[in-house]
Amino acid sequence: MVPTLTGRIQTRIFLLATVGSVLTALVTPVLPISGPLGSAYKTTFIILAAVIVVGIVWELVYHLLMQWRWEKDWPSMFGLLTALPEGALIWALLVAHAIPGLHTTPPFGAFLADFATVWVGVWLVANGPMRVPFLRWRFRGGRLV
Amino acid sequence: MASGEGDWADRTLVPGTWPEGEPKAAPAPVSESDRTRVVDLTQAPDVQIVELHRGGGDLTPELLETSVWTDAMLAAAGIPVIDVPFVTVGGGIGSFVTADYLRIAGVPTSQIRVLSNIDFPWQTYEYLTRVSQIPDTARIRSDSSSRPDNIWGFPSYALTEAWRDKDLNNLLHVLIEPVFADYWTPKRSTVFGSMAKESRRIGFDQMLVKGVVRMVRRRFGGDYFVIFTPPEGTSATKRVAYRARFVHLAVGYPGLRYLPDLQEFREKYTDYEHVVNAYEPHEHVYETLKARAGTVVLRGGGIVASRVLQRLFDDREQYKLPTNIVHIFRTYVDGAHGPNAWMRRKGGDGWAYQGFNYPKSVWGGQLKSQMRKLDGDERAALYKVMGGTNTPKRRRWQEQMRDGRRGGYYHDMQGIVQKVEPAPGGGVVSFVHGKNGDQEIRSDFIIDCTGLEADISQHRVLADLMEHTGAYRNPLGRLEVERHFEVKGTANANGAIYASGATTLGGYFPGVDTFLGLQIAAQEIADDLARRGWCKKIGPARSTIQWLRWCFNRPV
Repeated sequence: MVPTLTGRIQTRIFLLATVGSVLTALVTPVLPISGPLGSAYKTTFIILAAVIVVGIVWELVYHLLMQWRWEKDWPSMFGLLTALPEGALIWALLVAHAIPGLHTTPPFGAFLADFATVWVGVWLVANGPMRVPFLRWRFRGGRLV
Repeated sequence: MASGEGDWADRTLVPGTWPEGEPKAAPAPVSESDRTRVVDLTQAPDVQIVELHRGGGDLTPELLETSVWTDAMLAAAGIPVIDVPFVTVGGGIGSFVTADYLRIAGVPTSQIRVLSNIDFPWQTYEYLTRVSQIPDTARIRSDSSSRPDNIWGFPSYALTEAWRDKDLNNLLHVLIEPVFADYWTPKRSTVFGSMAKESRRIGFDQMLVKGVVRMVRRRFGGDYFVIFTPPEGTSATKRVAYRARFVHLAVGYPGLRYLPDLQEFREKYTDYEHVVNAYEPHEHVYETLKARAGTVVLRGGGIVASRVLQRLFDDREQYKLPTNIVHIFRTYVDGAHGPNAWMRRKGGDGWAYQGFNYPKSVWGGQLKSQMRKLDGDERAALYKVMGGTNTPKRRRWQEQMRDGRRGGYYHDMQGIVQKVEPAPGGGVVSFVHGKNGDQEIRSDFIIDCTGLEADISQHRVLADLMEHTGAYRNPLGRLEVERHFEVKGTANANGAIYASGATTLGGYFPGVDTFLGLQIAAQEIADDLARRGWCKKIGPARSTIQWLRWCFNRPV
């Protein structure tokens, strides 16, 4: 990946909103969350929204860190490893009830499965299939528009 | 079409490579008295009609001196004219990748001609990599997603090799690069095989015409004339002219280049044995070193020097040779270097280290968008910061050099060679001026690893373009092109001349002389042609459908 700041942010929003939504919709029914399916969906989609919003700040951080790299690239591995700090922060926010709209903390197992599925799914799409419909995306630093 | 007298009397077909099927035999050359001979046009339905007029069929002084040509001038010279809307000059990987893009955009083969002096697009690349010590099984310095045969870069070469060899290690490797492993790069043979397959898929041979391009000039009223010299005996006239609305130049490097002191030595003593360029066949050096003990001086600090060094080290190990190597760096990089903490490249032991030919973000990231905004001196300055010869820091090479230093058979030094003379007992002596004073280094061979001739005026077509068609040099001395790779200054009515590859280094896009760089240029050119209404723009639907066709190896 050789992203620009604008590209990173656009790609994150786009992929989480599309691929992220599809994966969240598919995985929520099988998560160990108690209560009606409707409220489970509410939980997972709010988490998705949180990952997008908080993620924009993370992208600023990654962009800054990338400046120390001569190649100004963001290796694929980093895209996977950043799941750890991002996931940890979202969990911390969940536990602290700091995410608007969510008043209870989901079980950790459910959160982990949900977060991991969406993260890996988005990462896989970003590292290959994205280039098929969006021919110019990788040459524009990840910008879609 | 009925054959007969009348206005068909003056027409004949220009032989060469036909659009479909096998090349036809050349008709007998047409003599003056024979000009009313008639040919059955039903044999080659797709061939454009060629008009043969009076005149010798070669360039005239009037044509050479006039910058803008009329149809009448060519008719008077007897040069037949062939109409093709898009012509690409060069026939190498640049032309291949551009033709590939246009075919995927839906342009039929009949509207594209590739004017080439080689038989297949990777011929020159194969030759240069082979003689500079990259055999078929070795891996080249190119990213996994840089696939000249696949405009999407997906599946990557790593994925394809993993699938083909049923070996997941490739995928693991691209996952952990570059931190826990060297950047993964494809094997030379993989790249060539993939290009051959794509070449067949897009019908490249149907577009290929063998011969040499002499010049490109503006045509009065619009379009361009490309003067083409077909191989001897294949054409009724010495020259043929292609009349094209769009011309693409991807002519590459004009030739080899020697360091001035080595050039002087070769010419003065007519000795082409002891001083060689790594880009010319020089097996005799390695063969001689297998037969007897010897010393080799290496000049240059880039990928070529690395590969030649590896060959010398590998031979040393394999055949238990006592070869001695002296590596002279004109610019000795002894550590990380750069203007500030955010622009610092690794280096050491004389070398500057960088994964690929340019910092990775030139192929679509930060550096690409930065350079795109700059002109003149500012552009030159940014090129300077990221410039300088460099090589990848590969673990195996580092090991070999460490062993070499410890074993006392690899010596690296800083120095500028003032002159080279034959040594009294055989071999050569280099007179080196360095930080620590002057030295005389005696060696059996000197291998110049400093690269290819890059001055664009050394290429006839480009020199002519600058003289007659308004092209000019960019801040780095090569051909100045727009962001969409149109050659600045050469527009003509609704036509355009584009250029991509090595000849355009120094423009708004830094990574030109690379597979991905050629594809980026091809994309910009295809998009510009779509803007001009000549072809379709490749949108998400077309891109996806074409990708699926690629996957199943279906024709475009």
